[in-house]
Amino acid sequence: MIRYTLGRLLSLIISLVIASLVIFSVIEVIPGDPASFMLGINAREDTLAALRSEMGLDQPLVVRYFDWVIGLLQGDFGNSWTYKTPVSELISDRIWVSLPLAIYALILSTLIAFPAGILAASRRGGASDVTIMGATQMGVAIPNFWFAMIMVLIFAIHLRWFSAGGFPGWSNPLQGIKSLTLPAISLALPQAAILARIMRSSLLDMLSEDFIRTARAKGLTRGQALWRHAVRNALIPVLTIIGLQFSFLLAGGIIIEQIFFLPGLGRLIFQAISARDLIVVESVVMLLVFTVIIVNFAVDIAYAAVDPRLRIKA
Amino acid sequence: MKPGLIIGSFLSIIFIGLAFFSFIWIPYDIEALEISNKLKKPNFNHWLGTDHFGRDIFSMIMMGARTSIAVALLAVGIGVVIGVPLGLFSAARRGSFIDEVIMRGNDLIFAFPSLVIAILITAVFGPSAVNAIVAIGIFNIPVFARLTRAAALPLWERDFILSARVCGKSEARISIEHILPNITNLMIVQGTIQFSLGILAEASLSYIGLGAQPPTASWGRMLADAQTLVSIAPHVALVPGLAILLMVLGLNLMGDGLRDLFDPRIKGDRT
Repeated sequence: MIRYTLGRLLSLIISLVIASLVIFSVIEVIPGDPASFMLGINAREDTLAALRSEMGLDQPLVVRYFDWVIGLLQGDFGNSWTYKTPVSELISDRIWVSLPLAIYALILSTLIAFPAGILAASRRGGASDVTIMGATQMGVAIPNFWFAMIMVLIFAIHLRWFSAGGFPGWSNPLQGIKSLTLPAISLALPQAAILARIMRSSLLDMLSEDFIRTARAKGLTRGQALWRHAVRNALIPVLTIIGLQFSFLLAGGIIIEQIFFLPGLGRLIFQAISARDLIVVESVVMLLVFTVIIVNFAVDIAYAAVDPRLRIKA
Repeated sequence: MKPGLIIGSFLSIIFIGLAFFSFIWIPYDIEALEISNKLKKPNFNHWLGTDHFGRDIFSMIMMGARTSIAVALLAVGIGVVIGVPLGLFSAARRGSFIDEVIMRGNDLIFAFPSLVIAILITAVFGPSAVNAIVAIGIFNIPVFARLTRAAALPLWERDFILSARVCGKSEARISIEHILPNITNLMIVQGTIQFSLGILAEASLSYIGLGAQPPTASWGRMLADAQTLVSIAPHVALVPGLAILLMVLGLNLMGDGLRDLFDPRIKGDRT
């Protein structure tokens, strides 16, 4: 286990280094230099010079890269050019919308997918299986931002159960959760469809295993064998997917936040793009990539802890 | 033939047909604005109604199909053209250092949140259909590379490959003449799935304004335009969304159907 963890840790570090290099160089290859990109063609020479030195553009490339990375490691993401505040402050304000949204959506997705997947597998070929599988086909094909618009139309405009957008803050947690509900459902739906399909196929794989036959032979009913033995084992691959989905949800939130006018990281990144505030864009992208890579790492480790066969193979 | 395959192929052919047909004829010019005729409900003259500029929605759906299909298809092309050779090479040199590098590189691309990178690319290089194609295509590369390698590996152990080697064929020739034809079916199935994912990705990117730019019609941007109108003219928002849904659904059903057709062993009861 230690060897496996160290191996994964090494590839984690390599991934992070390469990710930072990619993001850094994408920003670097901008035609002209980042400062003139940010300020536009009408910029005054002294403003340009000020921004260049602010961004450290007068320093060699390598020095700049290491300054950036060391800053990131210390939680210093630089200062936003448009907001005139540290990027870390901008991020920490907004993460309290984006992170709860992703977690909320993940919970919803799991709550929908587990019963649906288990029901479909246990009634394989039956009417409920066909219905659930049909629904998941639709769920996978629906663009979630369109689904969000439809939900706004129904639940906010016609039924007036929810507000169409905005976020009141966490001072009243119930109001906060309520305003994240429609966004979380729209984010969760496609993921729930995928998860339900995986849950079903993973369960079906388990049900054809010898240990299920043994359980049946010793007198367990089909349902008992399913609940006591199959579900538990089927969960292992499902948990990996849940881990991966978390990163999808965090990144996918970018678009959903736009629709519901939620002041999260997605809004921040779009405002930064339209204001050409590359310092913010670069940091938020790096933060999201970093989170995704870390979550994947954690999932791999958890997976190996649960399933010893994996450690040996690796 | 399974009903899924028939329905899926039918839906896909309709949209691909609309896209091709739009080169010959569209009901109305989509660049001609007719404000007096705006937000009309579906009627005899405008089958799917008109948008906030009085443009015919059916014509825009036809032109948008062209954009979606072109972007998604080219993105699949990038994945196939780069990914398949990488996978073939990896499988031919299985266990070598290069194989390891290629596969770890794939893992790395997989670990990136694709949407975020697509946003980064288009933010820096400017929003355009070409950048959308590149941004989506990059993430197709590891999909095809991995699948090709995984499918090619067991083939390398087979007797007919051994005979080819005895005949003195090089690894490259074996890969092209013997391995590739045996994995084509798999690539077609995966290509269909990636095609449908590409349609969704293109719609998302153009929805947030990072895809094809006006006056090129795209389903995603039609939805973005419709967002503020959803309460007064719901059809403006419903139609492009349904187009995306039906196209993606069709491609997915077709992909699943083809998989069952090509590989009778896994006939239709797993994923």
